[in-house]
Amino acid sequence: MVITADRVREALAEIPDPEIPVISLVDLGVVRDVAVEGRRVHVEFTPTFLGCPALETMRAAMEEKIRELGAEPDVEVVLDDSWSTDRITPEGREKLRASGFAPPAPRQAGAPTLVQLTSQVFRCPYCGSTETRLDNIFGPTPCRSIRYCESCRQPFEQFKTI
Amino acid sequence: MSELLLELADDELILGWRDSEWTGIAPFLEEDVAFSSIAQNEIGHARAVYELLARERGTTADELAFDREPAEYRCSALVQLRLVPDWARTIARHVLYEEEDERRVKELMSSEDAEVAGLAAKIDREEAYHRIHAQMWAERLRGEPRYEAALEELRPLVSRRDGTSSEFAGLWEEMTMVRRSVPGAAW
Repeated sequence: MVITADRVREALAEIPDPEIPVISLVDLGVVRDVAVEGRRVHVEFTPTFLGCPALETMRAAMEEKIRELGAEPDVEVVLDDSWSTDRITPEGREKLRASGFAPPAPRQAGAPTLVQLTSQVFRCPYCGSTETRLDNIFGPTPCRSIRYCESCRQPFEQFKTI
Repeated sequence: MSELLLELADDELILGWRDSEWTGIAPFLEEDVAFSSIAQNEIGHARAVYELLARERGTTADELAFDREPAEYRCSALVQLRLVPDWARTIARHVLYEEEDERRVKELMSSEDAEVAGLAAKIDREEAYHRIHAQMWAERLRGEPRYEAALEELRPLVSRRDGTSSEFAGLWEEMTMVRRSVPGAAW
C-alpha cells in the first residue's frame, strides 16, 4: 500500500490520549504536520503541557503506528506555542463533553485571569446546568481544573484554556 | 542568553522539587493538588529548557539537571529553601517567585532566537495559572503578620545567586542519588 499523509493521519487518529482515552491524538490537535518521503514519515508533534507525563507514551504510540504501516517514523517534538486548546477538534470537544469533561473556553488574546475563570459560564457536562463554579484551578492532571455544579451537586473536570 | 536560560531551568527544577514536598501534607486537599500540579509544570519547564541548552552544549538534559556539582547550579537562594511545613513562607515564596519569573519569561518571549521565544511563550501560557493561584493567596493572606514577615524575609533572596546553601546540599544529595548510584544510567 502506498503511504500517504492522509493514511498516516488515519492511523494516528486510532491512538487514544493516554490520560483521557475517549479522545484521540488527532482529536486533541497535537499532530501538527505529517510529511511522507518514500518510506520515511515525519510527524511534527506539539505537547499539550510541557510537564505532561504522557508525552513519551504518545510519541512511542505514534512511532509504533507508523511502523505498522511499514514506514520509518521520525517524530519531532515541537516545543513552541503553536498548540492551544483551540486545536481540539469539534468532534474531540463533543467526545470530552459526553464523557464528563467540560471542553475549554476559546483562547483569548491575553492570559487568563481569575475574574475570567470565576465569571465565565461553563455548562455542567452531566445535567447541562450553567450554575457551576470554579472549585480548584488545578486538577488531576495539569490540563484540567475542577468545577462544581450547584444544580446536580456533582464536581466535574474542565479543560484549562491554554 | 545561555546563562539566563540555565538560571531559569535550575530555578524551575529546584522549585518544582520543593513544591512537590507539599504533596500529601498541604493544609487541604485542593492545595495538595495545586502544589503537586505546579511542581509538575515547573519540572516540565526545566526539562524543556535543559533540552534546548543541552543541544547547544552537546550534552543531555539529564546530565545538565543531575550530573553537576552543587556549586555549579545557578538557582536563586529563594528556591533552595526547604519550607515545609511553613505555609506562610511557602506562599510568600510562591508570590515573589511568580513575580520575578513573569518578568524573566516575558523578556525571553521577545528573544531574537525563535526557538527560545516560542518555548518562553508556551511556558508563559502555563505560568499564567500559577500566577492566578499566587495572586489568590496573596489576597487571602494580605495583612497577616506571618505572611508579611515572610515576604520581608524572603524578598532579598529572589536575586541572590551567589552560591548554594547547606539546605541545597541536602536536596542535591537526594535529587542526584539515583544517577550517582549507577553512573550513565538511562531509563
